[in-house]
Amino acid sequence: MKDLVLKSFDATRLRREIWDKVMVVVLFLCAACVLFILFIILWHLIARGLSSLNPAFFTHLPKAVGESGGGMANAIIGTFVLLLLAVGVGVPLGLGAGVYLSEYAHQRFAQTVRFMTDVLNGVPSIVFGIFSYTVCVLPMKSFSAVSGGFALGLMMIPMITRTSEQFVKMVPHQLREAGLALGLPKWRVITGIILPSAIGGIMTGIMVALARVAGETAPLLFTAFGNLHYTQSLMQPIAAIPLQIFNYAVSPYSDWHRQAWAGALVLIVIVFIINIWAQYFVYSRKRWSAGK
Amino acid sequence: MNTNGRIEVKNLNFYYGNYQALKNVSMTVEPHQIVAMIGPSGCGKSTLIRIFNRMCDLIPSTRVEGKVLIDGKDIYTKDTDVVSLRRKVGMVFQKSTPFPKSIYDNVAYGLKIIGIKDHRVLNETVEKCLRRSALWDEVKDHLGKSALSLSGGQQQRLCIARAIAVDPEIILMDEPCSALDPIATARIEELMAALKDEYTIVIVTHNMQQAARVSDKTAFLMHGQLIEYNKTTDFFTNPSNKITEDYITGRFG
Ligand SMILES: Nc1ncnc2c1ncn2[C@@H]1O[C@H](COP(=O)(O)OP(=O)(O)OP(=O)(O)O)[C@@H](O)[C@H]1O
Ligand SMILES: [Mg+2]
Repeated sequence: MKDLVLKSFDATRLRREIWDKVMVVVLFLCAACVLFILFIILWHLIARGLSSLNPAFFTHLPKAVGESGGGMANAIIGTFVLLLLAVGVGVPLGLGAGVYLSEYAHQRFAQTVRFMTDVLNGVPSIVFGIFSYTVCVLPMKSFSAVSGGFALGLMMIPMITRTSEQFVKMVPHQLREAGLALGLPKWRVITGIILPSAIGGIMTGIMVALARVAGETAPLLFTAFGNLHYTQSLMQPIAAIPLQIFNYAVSPYSDWHRQAWAGALVLIVIVFIINIWAQYFVYSRKRWSAGK
Repeated sequence: MNTNGRIEVKNLNFYYGNYQALKNVSMTVEPHQIVAMIGPSGCGKSTLIRIFNRMCDLIPSTRVEGKVLIDGKDIYTKDTDVVSLRRKVGMVFQKSTPFPKSIYDNVAYGLKIIGIKDHRVLNETVEKCLRRSALWDEVKDHLGKSALSLSGGQQQRLCIARAIAVDPEIILMDEPCSALDPIATARIEELMAALKDEYTIVIVTHNMQQAARVSDKTAFLMHGQLIEYNKTTDFFTNPSNKITEDYITGRFG
């Protein structure tokens, strides 16, 4: 029996080794493909957008129809404002729900909520826009920054809920017990011990969600709406880079097309910078924990 | 010397669902004594000490029968304030559990959350507790460093400092040395001897030498029953029960 096994092992050896190699190559090609696609997109953006990226792009308002020059200063600010509003809506709700699911909820309820968040995650982004239009824009009788931030914030909720639940759950059980055994009320254990332990993962989750909504156009179409000047109040329409890109891209002017590319490039860089900043935050916390 | 910190257990039964983990346990722990709990794995040592600070409440569908009195007060009545009970009955775990905070904040946290904000008081308490737990000299120059950067033995002493910072009467220790090397273990044992005049200590250990070294009384549990509970010297030299004798001479377990 032992002989037989050994023999068939030998007989299949060549085949095994070939398959091993083939699999490595296939997987490598997949990875290379991913990189390649990303690279192509970036290259495209840089090739077409870079020429329009001058100081004026960041400091000037858009020019009137057909005129060349001008910039996206208002849209850049608008995107930051909208993202801030979105974080204000999405983070407390998403994080709160995630913590509740992990720490308090009964199985049945938790499962229901989890299922709903998955459904919510799959809802087309324009639906969030329509919803925000119905509950914010119509009653307030005006497009507004608030309604846009609200729509984006809602979109962030399911993602943040799921990631925070996961990372909060991963905090070792002993740590909770240690907190409770010290006579801390449960909410203190959560805010003072569990959340700081899970902060790295939670931050990453928030960043992923933020990066996803930063480029959304559809939910802003009839909420933030966009404009061509600086917005004075959160109750008024506000510009956003994706909206501006959209408007420019569908226009017939080649200068606007170039600006649209530049806008996309700036958007990616903004997301990139926010991410780097978050990573740095997580990294420096880790380093501190390790005593460096 | 205060005389608080007495634990009385009367006819205690404890159930995980249908499984009875403790059977009719009765014992009294006198103030300022060190009581060691020994017994084979799964006999209910952890379960028993977790009943003293109601940590067993955290597991759903558990049930307690009988009485547990701390300083004469039943801790399993409806109006028992679990949070203040746990402040009175501190706990140190097998795996050290520093909070993801600085060394200073680990010790100060328990005080901060009961509303003590005065920095002088906090500083004094932190220093006092770190000195009592024999950690001060090693950490005094970097109190702001993360507690997670300490060694296992240091972390365990930090956990003891953290436990005594909220001024408990009783400290429960569940195998506090089982992850430590002999030197770190020796330090914890010295520390226990030093803490005895202020606190009652109940320690679970698998190390019989340790039980013999540190404790005033030793309790031997098996299959959820308290087989023998006696002064440590008598317990090890002259066990009154055949099973105890078999256990401590290593004939099983
Ligand atoms: N959460 C739980 N749910 C159900 N049964 C449990 C639970 N925790 C412990 N038990 C059971 O209760 C009994 C006593 O467990 P306990 O942890 O108190 O033992 P122990 O004496 O501390 O053992 P060890 O020396 O291994 O730590 C064991 O038989 C165990 O299987
Ligand atoms: Mg145990």
